[in-house]
Amino acid sequence: MSRYLTFHHGGVALSVQDAGRAGFIEFGLSKGGAADVLALAEGAALLGQTPFMAALEMAGTGGVFSASAPMRIALTGAPMQATLDGRILRWNAAHVLEAGQKLQISAAKKGIYGYLHIGGGLASPELLGSRSAHLAAGLGGYLAPNTRLPIGPDPALSAPGQYLPAPRSRFEGGVVRMVASAQTSRFEAATRARFEATPFVLAPQGNRQGVRLGFEGAGFTAKDQLDMVSEFMIPGDIQMTGDGTPFVLLPECQTTGGYPRIGTVIPQDLPIVAQAPPGSPLRFRFICADEARATWQSLAQVCAGLSRTTRPLLRDPRTMPDLLSYQLISGVTAGREPDIEGELDEN
Amino acid sequence: MLTNCQCFDSFARIIFIGGVKMTPKQPKNPFPAIAPMGVDGLLLRFADKLSESANRAALGFRSALAKDPLAGVEEVAAALASVYLRFDPTQTSYETLHAALENRLRQPWQAALESRRRWLIPTVYGGEHGPQLAEVAALAGMSEQAAMAQISATPLRVMSLGFAPGQPYLGLLPKAFDLPRQSALTKEVPAGALTLAIRQCVLFATPAPTGWRHIGQTRFEAFLPESDTPFPLRPGDELLFAPVSVDDLSRHAPRMEPIP
Repeated sequence: MSRYLTFHHGGVALSVQDAGRAGFIEFGLSKGGAADVLALAEGAALLGQTPFMAALEMAGTGGVFSASAPMRIALTGAPMQATLDGRILRWNAAHVLEAGQKLQISAAKKGIYGYLHIGGGLASPELLGSRSAHLAAGLGGYLAPNTRLPIGPDPALSAPGQYLPAPRSRFEGGVVRMVASAQTSRFEAATRARFEATPFVLAPQGNRQGVRLGFEGAGFTAKDQLDMVSEFMIPGDIQMTGDGTPFVLLPECQTTGGYPRIGTVIPQDLPIVAQAPPGSPLRFRFICADEARATWQSLAQVCAGLSRTTRPLLRDPRTMPDLLSYQLISGVTAGREPDIEGELDEN
Repeated sequence: MLTNCQCFDSFARIIFIGGVKMTPKQPKNPFPAIAPMGVDGLLLRFADKLSESANRAALGFRSALAKDPLAGVEEVAAALASVYLRFDPTQTSYETLHAALENRLRQPWQAALESRRRWLIPTVYGGEHGPQLAEVAALAGMSEQAAMAQISATPLRVMSLGFAPGQPYLGLLPKAFDLPRQSALTKEVPAGALTLAIRQCVLFATPAPTGWRHIGQTRFEAFLPESDTPFPLRPGDELLFAPVSVDDLSRHAPRMEPIP
């Protein structure tokens, strides 16, 4: 029997995202993939699967969903109000979605990108080795209402639900670490120091290609910056346009550019930028390359670390009107202690 | 056509200048130069301005690295005047790769542009299909016919792909075509548009606004995501934009042919 998740209606900026398609920078195609890669790792840790599976990225708001067959789901990233047939679901946790139940996910309370992960992953077709929609490149697009998304097989369908007690807070701006990069020396030391000392505010109209930083005072220009040969650029680069306005590049950025970059946000901190809503305060701080490399972790390593922190989600039988059928379907055996639902997590 | 040997010569000159003892007044040529790119990358620059020799060096060195990969390197890519390496920090380090690259640069590396290919791209020049050919010809100080003849007779090399997936930056045209980009943007050129500025052409992969002047129209598709060859062009390929009539544009498909 084919298993699918139906997106009935809701947000206009929902897209399938995985870890992206690396290896095409030379052909002008950036890696793309989830705007908040940490959320992918969190969802994978909650469901006990690899972080390279595809999930649904929901920018700003979610929508109404249903399942064709029982499936496990996990909710991560920007916290959103989620209900299952009216019952409030904990965010940063894994739950069971029964066939025919109505899953409703509302607007983000803070942050931008919420994620709906499915046990077994979304199994929409791969293109160039990834299921990610790359909107800037015209690969895939936002989900239309009444879209059915195929789901991969879930070998752990009956695994007990988990939650993340302390997911990393990254939804209201903050201090972002960066390293010197190939063009940092084009900026004078005084300009770099002023950049670190400037309180920035995230400007509106950001997207998966990048976000603009608002600030007061003079722009951050480099030496001979109109004379630069076009060079590769990567997500995390902080690029200055002609008047010295900084843009932080995100996963769908262009692959080359002729504007100088003052530095590169380290991958661990890029979710703080991607998830910052307009108006969020952001500060940038250079760290040395050794420090950045010492803290670098692959996506698999991040996921493995998070897996060690998940806790079983306890359910309160008093809130489960169909307790008997629930237990039968989810495979909870007699003799197991009844679960008590944990308090709602506002993250 | 430049031979492999000439490619190497042009690069050898660059490092030679770097290695030659200069009088204190003259700044030392800093290229090739290696710099970090993010936490898991390096950028190897052959110049900080576009030149024929720097582009050939970048493409050639990139090919040499692809043939004889360095351990832990996950991606190697060439742009106009530089080569980017992305590595797995759990497998190797910036310092290790920095040393390995310096070592390779000291040795006579094979600078051949890998399996060069030539494309013949039927192109309608001027008129409504290339509304700015007349402007380009006037700026270059020649007739439209002469401009078309010079542009179509010059094999243009893919110096870099970017801006949109598969979209080539092609060069270099004769010096007469060293024209600045127009200050106002053209609202939109169609996919397949041949545009010109700064001795280069861009063959647009998708409809886009641009400051480059639209001189001709092709039916070349630079990005075919669902095909076996999603990116038909590779850096180093040569393109010839052969003039055809509007009727012939629909009759003749772009094709690859051996370099004579």
